[in-house]
Amino acid sequence: MTNASEFGTNSSSKTKDKSSDTTIKINDTPFDKMMAVLTHKRCVNCHPSGDRPRQGEDSHIHNFDVQRGEDNHGVAALRCESCHGHENNDFSGVPGAPEWSLAPIAMAWEGLSRVKIAKSMLNRANNGNRSLDEIVKHLTEHELVLWAWEPGVDAEGNPREKPPVGKEEYIKAVKEWAAGGAVIPEE
Amino acid sequence: MKITFTINGKPATVDVDGHTPLLWVVRDMLNLKGTKFGCGKAACGACTLHVDGEAVRSCSYPVKYAEGKRVTTIEGLSEGDQLHPVQQAWEEEVVPQCGYCQPGFMMATAAMLEKIPNPTDDDIDKNIVNICRCATYYRMRKAIHKAAKIKAANG
Ligand code: FES
Ligand code: FES
Repeated sequence: MTNASEFGTNSSSKTKDKSSDTTIKINDTPFDKMMAVLTHKRCVNCHPSGDRPRQGEDSHIHNFDVQRGEDNHGVAALRCESCHGHENNDFSGVPGAPEWSLAPIAMAWEGLSRVKIAKSMLNRANNGNRSLDEIVKHLTEHELVLWAWEPGVDAEGNPREKPPVGKEEYIKAVKEWAAGGAVIPEE
Repeated sequence: MKITFTINGKPATVDVDGHTPLLWVVRDMLNLKGTKFGCGKAACGACTLHVDGEAVRSCSYPVKYAEGKRVTTIEGLSEGDQLHPVQQAWEEEVVPQCGYCQPGFMMATAAMLEKIPNPTDDDIDKNIVNICRCATYYRMRKAIHKAAKIKAANG
């Protein structure tokens, strides 16, 4: 369960989680904006609930039966980095960013509500023992996270879809949400 | 840009756009034709070689990332006249049909055996996902098991 309270948050706040609707509206809260990004396929494809990544706009199981492997970087002769470099490869259509890999299984987000994702993210038992500050840093500075706004093109040259909130707006939202006590609405 | 690395143990420097796929450099500049082009989008494995011992699909590997690294192709897999266990097993099991895909499979297998010396069929299924249009998979599986045995016997 969440230990969000250790950050002085109040997950039993009166705010009810509204929906899983990711359409961004003008009066959306920082939490809404942040979660619209974190539930987007550019994030969730590599936060699968099983041991196989997903890919593409339809989040299909990664071709070639690609596997998580023990270190979340693939298996012995089929590492993530066997194909994915530190930057997008617009010639072959293979996306890339530093540390391209799956999120640990403890951080599986696929199929979870945004409330559950947020709780899991704040739970030190799941999140790599990160403090709220460290979570914010990860969410707003890590190159692999920010890749979502530079997703490159696929093998046919079609641009990949970006999250529904712009990068700067998202970063601002994450910081505002954290500064406001990292409140997670009730489900 | 100038990029320096070793290729099969020998130093090499190429002056080329850093985004050029390593595969083009290996085949067209270093004239090592053993590594094959299949799909050009990291989907078939024909272009698999080793960079610092790891299996890499060179069609999607910008050459600039090879700077200072060890690149090994099928031509450098043997130690002099001593064939690599994978090559020995491949020969004994007469694996290839047309042969086009085989260097990629052999390089992927050699990389796997360094980390999984005694692979199960499941390990093979999960690690060796290259494509062979001639469908030599059955013979390859036998050869992979044999290569593991040869390697273990060689110590
Ligand atoms: S040519 Fe590189 S994977 Fe097919
Ligand atoms: S032997 Fe012909 S493609 Fe594999």
